[in-house]
Amino acid sequence: MVDPAQRLDARRDVLLEDGRVARVGTKLTGRGAQVVDAEGLVVCPGFVDLHVHLREPGREDKETIATGTRAAAAGGFTAVCAMPNTSPVNDNSGITRFILDQARRAGVVRVYPIGAITRGSQGEELAEYGDLKESGCVAVSDDGRPVASARVMRRALEYALAFDLPVVDHCEEPTLSDRAAMSEGPVATLLGLRGAPAAAESIVVERDVQLAELTGGRLHVAHLSTAAAADAVRRGKARGVRVTAEVTPHHLLLTDQAVKDSDYDASTKMNPPLRAEADRRAMVEALRDGTIDAIATDHAPHTVDDKKVEYEEAAFGVVGLETAVGLCLDRLVGSRLLTLPQLVGLLSTRPTRAFGLPGGTLARGSPADVTVLDLDRTRKVDPARFQSKGRHTPFAGWTLKGAVVMTIVGGQIVWQERR
Amino acid sequence: MSGYPHRHLLGIESLQPSEIVAVLDTAEGLREILDRPLKKVPALRGRTVVNLFYEPSTRTRASFEVAEKVLSADSLSIAASASSAQKGETLLDTAKNLEAMNPDMIVLRHSAAGAAHFLARHCRAAIVNAGDGAHEHPTQALLDALTLRQRKGRLEGLRIAIVGDLLHSRVARSNVWLLSKMGAKVVLCAPPTLVPPGIEALAPVTHRIDEAVEGADAVMMLRIQRERMTGAYYPSDREYHLRFGLTEARVKRAKKDVLILHPGPMNRGVEIASEVADGPYSVILDQVTNGVVVRMAVLLLLLGGGGADA
Repeated sequence: MVDPAQRLDARRDVLLEDGRVARVGTKLTGRGAQVVDAEGLVVCPGFVDLHVHLREPGREDKETIATGTRAAAAGGFTAVCAMPNTSPVNDNSGITRFILDQARRAGVVRVYPIGAITRGSQGEELAEYGDLKESGCVAVSDDGRPVASARVMRRALEYALAFDLPVVDHCEEPTLSDRAAMSEGPVATLLGLRGAPAAAESIVVERDVQLAELTGGRLHVAHLSTAAAADAVRRGKARGVRVTAEVTPHHLLLTDQAVKDSDYDASTKMNPPLRAEADRRAMVEALRDGTIDAIATDHAPHTVDDKKVEYEEAAFGVVGLETAVGLCLDRLVGSRLLTLPQLVGLLSTRPTRAFGLPGGTLARGSPADVTVLDLDRTRKVDPARFQSKGRHTPFAGWTLKGAVVMTIVGGQIVWQERR
Repeated sequence: MSGYPHRHLLGIESLQPSEIVAVLDTAEGLREILDRPLKKVPALRGRTVVNLFYEPSTRTRASFEVAEKVLSADSLSIAASASSAQKGETLLDTAKNLEAMNPDMIVLRHSAAGAAHFLARHCRAAIVNAGDGAHEHPTQALLDALTLRQRKGRLEGLRIAIVGDLLHSRVARSNVWLLSKMGAKVVLCAPPTLVPPGIEALAPVTHRIDEAVEGADAVMMLRIQRERMTGAYYPSDREYHLRFGLTEARVKRAKKDVLILHPGPMNRGVEIASEVADGPYSVILDQVTNGVVVRMAVLLLLLGGGGADA
């Protein structure tokens, strides 16, 4: 069992009862309990993905709450935070309740809705955070688009304090990233594609960190991707600003060169875009030094039609729920950039703390949410076998060592790999 | 016979110098056909070529059409609109529909970079990139090289300035690749707002046109693509012409036998003064003729129509 919250990395039994962790110890026996033999496997507190697009309501052709949560379970996530850029936008309690109802009906993993920062995510008037919180939202975000106005962002950070909600910003200066299809740089130049400079992200991260400092609000930076932005977060944390940040597996493992190597394959197109090698390394460094709190997927499923067009026309976003854990085990732990407890912390303990969610540990009394890993199992990424409706990933064909073999939510096995 | 082992022509970047030479030599061998009283050979009889143009083009399209006719290919030109407002059918659907007619080749002009690669991935026909966004325009670079080689006898060691809107120019990218692969010394010149980041990895960049033109064997002027400008890259046409335009006084800094090339259409009085465009060193009209023979060569090499004995 690896449980960073208890500083535990040892051989243990865990007894789950009535949806809670009843006991952790050695040689436990439970009368009439179902026994799962995890010999040779690693038992972790359930993984939590802070950044997922489930597309429902509105774009059920891309994903539904049922398919998205199945993908989460298959990927080892026991809970996902659902971004509000659905249609209609989740900017009111009616939509929030609908999402929670659908999640309950699907009955797979926990879904924590994120409400909009502004009405319709238009960037102008604040949404009703009190209602959103009361109906179940755990954070607010206009993800997919930035909060362009510094004044609105300031008010959001301030007002959210009343409900202790983190404000999650998609940091992008739109006048700099105007119509960009990828990151600006030598690769974009050779491909003839319009690029967004790294500064389009870091300018807004700097702004937001200063606004969080000004207001005392809780800022969470979504999908950090540039060295300068990581540095802004690092300096903010050093000053005691309440800022947390997440990074995606693709920004940890790929660069803009992937766009060229794939010959304009839209599976390499997402926002923020894949960056330069120096930025990629800075992301790994920021993970290692604690600047980044969470690995989140930015799982953004699209239909084949949205992607099978000219690169500039293709939709932004790739799926990530079913590849993230394998990628991190193989490329981060396998190559000794992170220890296994560090990785579990980034997928479980620290993201739950960042958003104030239950779980993140298997201490007695915690929710019985468990992810079980087999560090020796090798698997090839095959989009045809995804539970998600989305098939676009830049990692298709990669062979990864280390895999999720079982996912338990509230004491129920919701996903199990055949041995 | 070919020396050109690829199925498509998508860009210059992926070509070997020997393959570039193969195209130029083939083109040279075809030139005399245009001087015959009956300008037609049966090399591509029974072959079908579709010219699919999503952007307005006069000379590139006409040039491909003439090349196809001289070689007796059956050809069909389609002017489509790629603007999102008029978007109905996707590029892929259009191409698939055309493919149902079994063409041997599709010549594609499109505003999106990578559009030709996209078709090459999804279609059976040979694809010729006739310009994709700001990415590449390989036949333009080949015809420019043919023009230079014809006049100077070689490409290696030539000092060549490429001047103008580098940011939006596919012609610049294809030419930088081709000329540097062939051993020419290229200098790039543009106002800083029109220099794409990282291009200096391919060739040195200067913002002073006088420096770029100094001692040049040839100056390639790039059109200011006003239709692609989304913001103010330079204050006015007047200032552009004064600071970055090719004037007679500036031409004097180049070698005496300098050649002036322009892919057209020209903005007279902006990037190039009329006296220069119409002057004795201008080979702009040679470029048009060479455009036809280079495209004939590409058609033959890709469709394997029998080469120089045609």
